[in-house]
Amino acid sequence: MLKIHDVSLTFNEDTPDEKKALQGINLELKKGEFVTVIGSNGAGKSTLMNVISGSLIPDVGDVLIDDKNVVHLPEYKRSKMIGRVFQDPMAGTAPSMTIEENLAMAYARDKKRRLVPGVNKKRKDYFREYLETLNLGLEDRLNAKVGLLSGGERQALSLLMATFTEPNILLLDEHTAALDPSRAELITKITADVVSKFDLTTLMVTHNMQQALDLGNRLFMMDKGQIIFDIKGEEKQNLTIKDLLDEFQRIRGKQIESDKAVLG
Amino acid sequence: MLISLFGAFESGVIYAIMALGVYLSFRVLDFPDLTVDGSFVTGAGITGMLIVNGMSPIMATLIGAFAGFIAGCITGILHTKGRINALLSGILMMIALYSINIRFMGQPTVSMLNETTLFSQIESFWSSGIDSVLNSMFIGAERVPTTWAIFIIMGIVTIAIKFLLDFFLKTEIGLAIRATGDNQKMIRSLSANTNFLIIIGIGLSNGLVALSGALVAQHGGFANLNMGIGMIVIGLASVIIGEALFGKKTIARVTLAVIGGAIIYRVVITLALRVDFLEPSDLKLITAVLVIAALVTPKALQARREKKRRLAKRAALMNQRGSEASA
Ligand SMILES: Nc1ncnc2c1ncn2[C@@H]1O[C@H](COP(=O)(O)OP(=O)(O)O)[C@@H](O)[C@H]1O
Ligand SMILES: [Mg+2]
Repeated sequence: MLKIHDVSLTFNEDTPDEKKALQGINLELKKGEFVTVIGSNGAGKSTLMNVISGSLIPDVGDVLIDDKNVVHLPEYKRSKMIGRVFQDPMAGTAPSMTIEENLAMAYARDKKRRLVPGVNKKRKDYFREYLETLNLGLEDRLNAKVGLLSGGERQALSLLMATFTEPNILLLDEHTAALDPSRAELITKITADVVSKFDLTTLMVTHNMQQALDLGNRLFMMDKGQIIFDIKGEEKQNLTIKDLLDEFQRIRGKQIESDKAVLG
Repeated sequence: MLISLFGAFESGVIYAIMALGVYLSFRVLDFPDLTVDGSFVTGAGITGMLIVNGMSPIMATLIGAFAGFIAGCITGILHTKGRINALLSGILMMIALYSINIRFMGQPTVSMLNETTLFSQIESFWSSGIDSVLNSMFIGAERVPTTWAIFIIMGIVTIAIKFLLDFFLKTEIGLAIRATGDNQKMIRSLSANTNFLIIIGIGLSNGLVALSGALVAQHGGFANLNMGIGMIVIGLASVIIGEALFGKKTIARVTLAVIGGAIIYRVVITLALRVDFLEPSDLKLITAVLVIAALVTPKALQARREKKRRLAKRAALMNQRGSEASA
């Protein structure tokens, strides 16, 4: 489904600000794999997401989706196959447009956009049906401007918009980090639901170790632009936060007090 | 008086098409496009030349509008592919068009006074019976309009364009254009080619502007190299006045407001020019003052309402406390 071969990316190469954001990343995800990604700030998690989505082009290496090399496909073409939710709840929706118009734009993602009305009776029913699964009452507010929604509601809507065309790959970059705990929990639950409902191949970056352990069936730990730990299946099921921290210490062999603060 | 106000309405509905174009770039795409000053003349000049050379007015008008579309697309390309700042792309295209326009026109002014224009055709088709019926509603007016043909036909054309624009902005492509002005990152993550949408959007915007220029030229009987100077500000004035007076809740509402704004702008200018100490050369100053007023007034009113509300609340609270203390 998703393959990444030897991807490296350096920002500001040959300047004092040089930053090796990704160093020789290799990975392979099978259809339906749900990977949670953890790692300290600056580990390269967002950069990895951006390389997969096409917002960034790696210096070297290939990105393959369904065995097709997409590394030189521009972002807007790749996004037919990729659903994304960003950390900022404002980033995933158009605030001055209505809920149904936002959904209509997401609906058109994997199709060619045409000169036909984006919203019609049939699609409205379809949107309403999907919104009902969120249990937020949004199905009764199809004509409300999205800018009037709360951060949690907008993030739930973004998640729906990213997933309901059943993309080949779903990328979630700390999409619950900007929400209060109860909203974050709700979005986490919705995430688990939609991913299993559509059997989506998913990469989810999170700062919350417990969340990384609870969700998904595979886990990556990233540090300094590398995937330093990759665990799946039963082994992941039995993993604890302490195991993760020990593992990190073993691999990196250094004091992790400072990282603990960030990771916890 | 009445007759000059009628003239203001008549040219208002023609300039409204230009204002709709400015609405598309400034508001929908959030792209401050200054190409307008040039593309308005492109529409006027090319149409004028083609008419003088014997082309049918309707064809000439459509070609003029298309030339504006191309000019707008080039501005869009400068911005998206050339990565030039939006404002600067428009300015560059505007000054380039100044030279291009004079190439097309051959001289600074193209006169169509003795030519068949769209409007002379409309008037000759028009039944003067309608005029006398309409004019009879103005009993007591010392002078009545010679013909209602232009106002009515152009009103219909402008309203038709409004409805087309409303429809377009709700299509799948139209929604993506609006999202490009609202949240570019988001619509790109939904597989929209934002560069293409910006190019098409700015193209359409300038197509409308050039169409308006072509019609204004035929209405006035001439195209002039300098007739576009300050056009962008007039367009903005119409958009801002319209939004301030008629609201902007929905797309259909704003486009109607923009047409209203264009007409009101003409009316205000007409009235201002009747004031003795104002000269025609003061027009641009009046326009600037109008835009400033339309921008500042709604905010000032809002602030005053808010302040009043706060004071009232505070007073109510004080009263309540007072009565509690005495009880
Ligand atoms: N556009 C950029 N220009 C320069 N440096 C960047 C840019 N984006 C990210 N970086 C740097 O690359 C490193 C990895 O960043 P990022 O992938 O955002 O980390 P994470 O998401 O894991 O916190 C960081 O050191 C960051 O400062
Ligand atoms: Mg990040």
